[in-house]
Amino acid sequence: MDFLRPASWEEALAAKAEHPSAVPIAGGTDVMVEINFDHRRPDYLLDLTRIGDLYEWEAGAEQVRLGAAVPYTQIMEHLRGELPGLALAAHTVGSPQIRNRGSVGGNLGAASPAGDCHPALLAAGAEVEAQSVRGTRLIPVDDFFTGVKRNALAPDELIRAVRIVKAAGPQQFSKVGTRNAMVIAVCAFGLALHPTERTVKTGIGSAAPTPVRAKVAEDFLTAALDEGGFWDSGKVITPSIARQFAELASGACNPIDDVRGTAAYRRHAVAVMARRTLGWAWESYRATADSTKGGAPRCA
Amino acid sequence: MGVTRIPTSLTQGSHTKGAIGESTLRPDGTLKVTGDFAYASDLWHEDMLWGCTLRSPHAYAEILSIDVSQALATAGVHAVMTHQDLPAGTHYGLEIRDQPVLADDVVRFHGEPVAIVAADHPETARRAAAKIVVEYRELPPITNEAAALAADAPVLHPHRTDSHAAHVPHPNILHRQPVTRGDVAAARARADVVVSGDYEVGMQDQAFLGPESGLAMPAEDGGVDLFIATQWLHSDLRQLAPVLGLPEDKVRMTLSGVGGAFGGREDLSMQAHACLLALRTGKPVKIVYNRFESFFGHVHRHPARLHYEHGASRDGMIQYMTCRIVLDGGAYASASPAVVGNAASLGAGPYAIDNVETEALALYTNNPPCGAMRGFGAVQACFAYESQMDKLAAELGMDPVEFRRLNAMTQGTRLPTGQAVDSPAPVAELLRRVKAMPMPPEQQWITADESGESIDVRALPGGLSNTTHGEGVVRGVGYAVGIKNVGFSEGFDDYSTARVRLQVIGGEPVAAVYTAMAEVGQGGVTVHAQIARTELGVTQVTIHPADTRIGSAGSTSASRQTYVTGGAVRHACELVRERVLELGRVRFGSYHPAWATAELLLESGKVVTDDGEVLADLVHVIGDESIDVEREWRHRPTEPLDPHTGQGFGHVQYMFAAHRAVVEVDTELGLVKVIELACAQDVGKALNPLSVLGQIQGGTTQGLGLAVMEEIVVAPDGKVRNPSFTDYLIPTILDTPSIPADVLELADQHAPYGLRGVGEAPTLSATPAVVSAIRAATGLALTRVPVRPEHLTGT
Repeated sequence: MDFLRPASWEEALAAKAEHPSAVPIAGGTDVMVEINFDHRRPDYLLDLTRIGDLYEWEAGAEQVRLGAAVPYTQIMEHLRGELPGLALAAHTVGSPQIRNRGSVGGNLGAASPAGDCHPALLAAGAEVEAQSVRGTRLIPVDDFFTGVKRNALAPDELIRAVRIVKAAGPQQFSKVGTRNAMVIAVCAFGLALHPTERTVKTGIGSAAPTPVRAKVAEDFLTAALDEGGFWDSGKVITPSIARQFAELASGACNPIDDVRGTAAYRRHAVAVMARRTLGWAWESYRATADSTKGGAPRCA
Repeated sequence: MGVTRIPTSLTQGSHTKGAIGESTLRPDGTLKVTGDFAYASDLWHEDMLWGCTLRSPHAYAEILSIDVSQALATAGVHAVMTHQDLPAGTHYGLEIRDQPVLADDVVRFHGEPVAIVAADHPETARRAAAKIVVEYRELPPITNEAAALAADAPVLHPHRTDSHAAHVPHPNILHRQPVTRGDVAAARARADVVVSGDYEVGMQDQAFLGPESGLAMPAEDGGVDLFIATQWLHSDLRQLAPVLGLPEDKVRMTLSGVGGAFGGREDLSMQAHACLLALRTGKPVKIVYNRFESFFGHVHRHPARLHYEHGASRDGMIQYMTCRIVLDGGAYASASPAVVGNAASLGAGPYAIDNVETEALALYTNNPPCGAMRGFGAVQACFAYESQMDKLAAELGMDPVEFRRLNAMTQGTRLPTGQAVDSPAPVAELLRRVKAMPMPPEQQWITADESGESIDVRALPGGLSNTTHGEGVVRGVGYAVGIKNVGFSEGFDDYSTARVRLQVIGGEPVAAVYTAMAEVGQGGVTVHAQIARTELGVTQVTIHPADTRIGSAGSTSASRQTYVTGGAVRHACELVRERVLELGRVRFGSYHPAWATAELLLESGKVVTDDGEVLADLVHVIGDESIDVEREWRHRPTEPLDPHTGQGFGHVQYMFAAHRAVVEVDTELGLVKVIELACAQDVGKALNPLSVLGQIQGGTTQGLGLAVMEEIVVAPDGKVRNPSFTDYLIPTILDTPSIPADVLELADQHAPYGLRGVGEAPTLSATPAVVSAIRAATGLALTRVPVRPEHLTGT
């Protein structure tokens, strides 16, 4: 196994073009586990830790351009306002040591259905900035996951950054594991309210071969909120709407039975998380809507 | 005892700093916390080779052929060995030598060692092992009781010669122990209330953090020196020497840094493999398992299926109990026979029940071998009988704690084995105390902030995963109590050896304590120094590294080391003290009449009368002498259980702990947060109170793990599905509740200082207490541990 250590991003792209089988490594929290467990023995490891740009982020008006190697700890500490869903998800990743090293770029590169970031990115809306010596392309995160641990990157491409839509409304993230910390997801659910567009977007983790959006549930809820005038009134979402949203979210799952949980449990848990995260997010929306309207009573 | 009166009262040494009863700190504590402690996995020799094990991918298969030619041809490879290459003995085992050092014509479990490789780099060894071509013919594995005991079941060990073979009803039953007492049929006829239940316990792993590791060095005399992390040097030695074809004095073992054990190091793992490769290559060979291999490299806790029936009269008195406990021993015997003995003899729990019919047995199957783990057969039974106690109390409409107290054993109660418990058995008192502890406040997740109320998800089920802000959360409270034997039972010659030397070094009296006790984290190194200070009145004590140049200390298991090796150290110290006083009489006897008459003590480096008058400095008494005593020491003997009735004086001592669990369950998602696990335990005498608390906290947490998360999942084909810490979950600090402990010290007059073993009892009762609390929160029956979200949500 050769260890390639490019000093710059250009060198990294050139190395990846020359050795398309090279596996990029930054924090190593996933790749090293794979190697230690003998799940794979790549011919080349492409070490990205000398490329400082990958550890930077820029918050623009509409988006945050998050360097591929920015550790989860930084997201939790500095981007909670811009990326609340992702910050919540980042906090559920591994242990403090893992969060100091692991990154969204690595999560996307591994493309595990259980990756904690994915539901948050799907719900917020994001593009993966893929680069190669051939140039740059932006892959919508909805199109990024192509199979179990497979993604849309070409063999010569590296993830430079992720462009994530800045939150204009409340976001939530919830993950079920059979331990109260440091646990891989049995299933996970991300939800983002987009008050400007008056839409709701979601992401489901670990309950299908890839991370997926619950589009039918989103469409139902978007329509129901619109028809009921909920965005304007800020009234409490009717339990029947929440329930139906939860059932539709559950219906978007295509889970398996495995050592971490049964398919039936995953469907059940996604429904519970969908209902609860909607409740929390909507409660926050109502609170902000109330305060901007100047102190209307909080309780409907 | 000779002409000298030996002061044996507890007053000896009580004025010496760092004596028993003080919470002296571990010498290795800071090193371990800062990462500086040298574990066996840190062993290094410049010329060493790395060993690697090729393991079976099948649970049950014939080996048709093994081709090692490509592996041998790999550059950097020094040796490849299979069963064919073994120089002498081919099998080993704790009690029954049924386990092949390397598989011969058949593999009996997923992960069984088939070949070993030594190479100059671990990666080279690994790649070479992957080039070994093994041709298998897969056989249908036996993975449950029905398959094992079927009339046409293949016999997994066809040529048994062990002592249990003659009395088992089926050759795939390794050992079966019935225990019968009283008249169950008559008692059943008069019982007003009868409850029965089927219970199941999953396969728990010891999950020690330091994986199996050791370094074998070939010696010029044709022998081998092995530096090793183990639980019992001499048991390893007894099994190793015949495999290596060497006399025991040519196999020299030294304990290396041990990263936890919990029973999982009682069997051999890589010991024989490293020594064989070292002797074959003439070079030092190191083997260290990674986490994945560790899950295949040691035995686990027996998974069990248990059927229990209890009958009681309307006034709440238990009239009888019956049970059948089926333990899955897996492919090889390991410690299974002794685990069966414990399950059978302790299966009724800490209750006074006159009419009992119990039966415990261990199966041979093609599942992973199971053996010793903290609690050792008593854990599985405790989950079942405590579940039954709740069920009986509910049926009788009684408070579950008061019902238990009503039926609790006391000193003098006879166990189902007929053995009277002849030391304090404060079962009812422990329950009373644990119930009387203040309850943790409700809804601890609500924390006040500026805006009024805020949620701390860390205090809720799901923790940082942010699954609830209080929705669906229901609190439950549950209780349990257990009984565990201390030390080796059923007639085992359970002794230890200690050598104590007292001399003046640098103008100070210094005691050196030398035993073969494996320090695996239990705190023996601290306790032995405290005993030496207490008995010899010195402050400077050196603890010699453990090795096999001294006699056996027995196993660091069964909560026995403070009792047995501590007892041996104390005994050797007493003899040293006797010699000191003899010396003193010779040298100074004429200066003070008290030398001849008074009860003399050694305190703070001086010989003093029992009135506190100083007669001489130890330094002057000892002078240039080196007072050196080595002795074996035994606890009082036990006897085997009758093979048909289970009657007999089987155990030397018992320990008791009770727990109250407070849990909060997210009833919609089936997630559990244990809020508090209060414990009350009788320890006889706390030699090191801080260590005692550590044992209670650790044992409690391991019991919590079994209750809600820890399980090795074995597929129907006998293959292990979760051999990693990604999927074999152990409690994190966020899963570990506060553990208030109420420690009783009721002396056992048979034991040194009145002490009682401590480490295992809290592991027993924590599990059923947590499950009882989850039942209280959910109303579900919950007959299996670990409890999974699926069980709580009906999915």
